[in-house]
Amino acid sequence: MSALPDILRSIGARTVEGIWRLGFAARFFVLVLLYSGQSFRRLHLTIRELYFSGVLSLLIILVSGLFVGLVLGLQGYETLQRFGSSDALGVLVALSLTRELGPVVAGLLFASRAGSAVTAEIGLMKTTEQLKAMDMMAVSPIARVVAPRFWGGVLSMPLLAALFTAMGIFGGWLIGVVFIGVDDGAFWSQMQAAVDFRYDVLNGVIKSVVFGIAVSLIAVFEGYDCTPTAEGVSRAITRTVVSSALAILALDFVLTSFMFRGQS
Amino acid sequence: MTQTRDDNLVCLRDVRFAYGEREILRGIDLSVRRGQVVAIMGGSGCGKTTLLRLIGGQLRASAGSVEVEGRELSDLSRDALYALRRRMGMLFQFGALFTDMSVFDNVAFPLREHTNLPADLVRDLVRLKLNAVGLRGAEALNPAELSGGMARRVALARAIALDPMLIMYDEPFAGLDPISLGVIGQLIRRLNDALGASTIMVTHDIHESLEIVDYVYFVSDGRIVAQGTPEEIRASADPFVHQFVHAEADGPVPFHYPGPPIAEVLLGGETR
Repeated sequence: MSALPDILRSIGARTVEGIWRLGFAARFFVLVLLYSGQSFRRLHLTIRELYFSGVLSLLIILVSGLFVGLVLGLQGYETLQRFGSSDALGVLVALSLTRELGPVVAGLLFASRAGSAVTAEIGLMKTTEQLKAMDMMAVSPIARVVAPRFWGGVLSMPLLAALFTAMGIFGGWLIGVVFIGVDDGAFWSQMQAAVDFRYDVLNGVIKSVVFGIAVSLIAVFEGYDCTPTAEGVSRAITRTVVSSALAILALDFVLTSFMFRGQS
Repeated sequence: MTQTRDDNLVCLRDVRFAYGEREILRGIDLSVRRGQVVAIMGGSGCGKTTLLRLIGGQLRASAGSVEVEGRELSDLSRDALYALRRRMGMLFQFGALFTDMSVFDNVAFPLREHTNLPADLVRDLVRLKLNAVGLRGAEALNPAELSGGMARRVALARAIALDPMLIMYDEPFAGLDPISLGVIGQLIRRLNDALGASTIMVTHDIHESLEIVDYVYFVSDGRIVAQGTPEEIRASADPFVHQFVHAEADGPVPFHYPGPPIAEVLLGGETR
């Protein structure tokens, strides 16, 4: 029984620490936004991060998108042909990808590929006193290091999600039309008729922007806030991947419940 | 040493500082005159680096005043503090070079951030600074390709890029071979005199320091326990200074971290 107060105390301490960190992250987010102007004036910094977060993530995003599309094509066809509506394969593939799979899976991949790299880089800069040195040179590390990485992530995420979706639709078409023999015209025309730009595509883009903000904020915050030791950096990277995944899935539920209510 | 207030570039009065409950500094009085090279010495963990951070404005004293150029640091806004820092250079213990930039770009960093000089002028200035630390030929290298001593010299070139009025060094001699040690020591003195700057150097390397400094403060247990010119220090009969200068293991600075006597620990039956 004597362990009970300890457990309660530990739960209490963790809760308080969690809330404290959340507040700190919120203040950090405001600071990043305040310093964004400075970093946008030197656009090459943000463009460089766009390259590291976006361009270098292209391969994993495109290949994963293709495979997800291939699987969707197979599974979708298998189910639809039972009801004699295999022509609707294009609709199924396009709607699943634009509304859900594109933003969510691209977000998860982005968090593990680019988010972890950003956390590691900022964490190591902190560990080796580079951030302190920058601050002593009267250059704000938030403006020079954090804000460009944040915006690089926020801008690349929707583009990567769009490419993931496009690649997935191509994969679905490849399986459905080329290999299985679904009618090419039906595949595209039904998709065109059923996918609404605002309701489906735009909502998917909004999701990917929100995920981009969440993942990028978590990545830069965990790096900036890490304990400046080798172990601290490795823990921060783990937290980035885990928190990003949870944030994406939870936000996806919230956004879906606001966006898609079946009125279309 | 008679001093007027205007002579002092840095002036600390009754400065106290604590990390949470743990008190690090317990009333430090210290001043650095313009043009001087001053060393702050003491054992590891005595609060020397904390003192540098206070003077650089990275930490705020919990009591007392820290003045740089006659201005109280705790009264300064962030912008004013940044304006002041542009005239300070700080050399971190391991250089803290930006690992994603070449040696050249590291030294050019403060120039590019704080001035609008044309690229060819920046290039010439960087080469002059690198020449001053003897690394003119290393500008294309990356920090990972440098030895510890070279990295510190590059960091020194970066610290003096904007011709600061105050240069601070955190353990400039730690982990260097005897040749690099002498090189860095001479550079610290020469650069201070050439730039007309003032220098504060935190170190525990007494013999190298006494060769180049004008004044020494000894810190122990969060207080200044001794001070003087190198001659006064060498001649000092103060037990702390004596222990430090002669590198004795035990004395006013105890060998043991405070704890119960060893016999009690071994025989007391306390289990962990």
